[in-house]
Amino acid sequence: MDALLLEYLPILIFFGIAAAMGVGFILAAFVLAPSDPDPEKVSTYECGFNAFDDARMKFDVRFYLVAILFIIFDLEVAFLFPWLFPVFEGNLFAFWSMICFLGVLTIGFLYEWRKGALDWE
Amino acid sequence: MLQAAAFYVLSAVAILSAFMVVSARNPVRSVLFLILAFFSAAGLFVLLGAEFLAMILVIVYVGAVAVLFLFVVMMLDIDFAALRQGFLSYLPLGGLVALIMAIELAMIGSLWVSAETAQFALRSPTPEGVSNIEALGAILYDDYVLFFQLAGLVLLVAMVGAIVLTLRHRQGTKRQDVGRQVRRTREESVEVVDIKSGEGIG
Repeated sequence: MDALLLEYLPILIFFGIAAAMGVGFILAAFVLAPSDPDPEKVSTYECGFNAFDDARMKFDVRFYLVAILFIIFDLEVAFLFPWLFPVFEGNLFAFWSMICFLGVLTIGFLYEWRKGALDWE
Repeated sequence: MLQAAAFYVLSAVAILSAFMVVSARNPVRSVLFLILAFFSAAGLFVLLGAEFLAMILVIVYVGAVAVLFLFVVMMLDIDFAALRQGFLSYLPLGGLVALIMAIELAMIGSLWVSAETAQFALRSPTPEGVSNIEALGAILYDDYVLFFQLAGLVLLVAMVGAIVLTLRHRQGTKRQDVGRQVRRTREESVEVVDIKSGEGIG
């Protein structure tokens, strides 16, 4: 088990490097950059005006639709990874079972295409 | 030793970040803590030997679901301060639900440890010397073909449902029709008119 964990050591090192770089840049900006704050300079403004409003606003649900459809196809692709092993062993049933699965999702894809869910207006 | 240390660090981070998800004042921070909780859960999956699940958790949950959450939370037009007003009044009911769920989880856990049939319920343990994804691929597509196809149908229903619920074609907006654009010829779109000087096209 420890050997398996040691295989993940590079990922841990990468996390360490990423964290060190992130913190390092923030600290460098804090230490090196010239800073002469003034209430007028640091106040929020919008094109020279005071901020009118909150950044939050009602948003077209269409953006979420695109995101949800993306997640569904993301999951579909996730199912494809373990499929490689039976296919390269020559398991025909597993092959056609995946083709059937993809066919079902292709029906959904054709539906959204015909409905124009992928078009932008 | 290393394994135990990794387990305790990951579970501590998971529990702390899960607590911060519900207690953070800013919902964007809640979502960022949720991402941290997903990462810790992925680490716990690695410790359990379910490496494929861990990577899928990172790809699907961190890469797609959490980003969608972030998107929704940043764009929704909700006054979050007002939303938190009733926190204390909901606390008894929410605490009761959490308590019942904790008791149920404890019952399932204790039964699982004590039950004689538990080892048979582990239908397909990962064979020795085979990677997690390989063991999954060996059974998912033929032994468990029904569940696999049902998963496909669930995805289809989700797709159709999302479209039916959210797709509204607004009237009067201009849409691009690529086929019509390409079929357009010079003859039907340009007209050369010979206008006499001083008369106009009347």
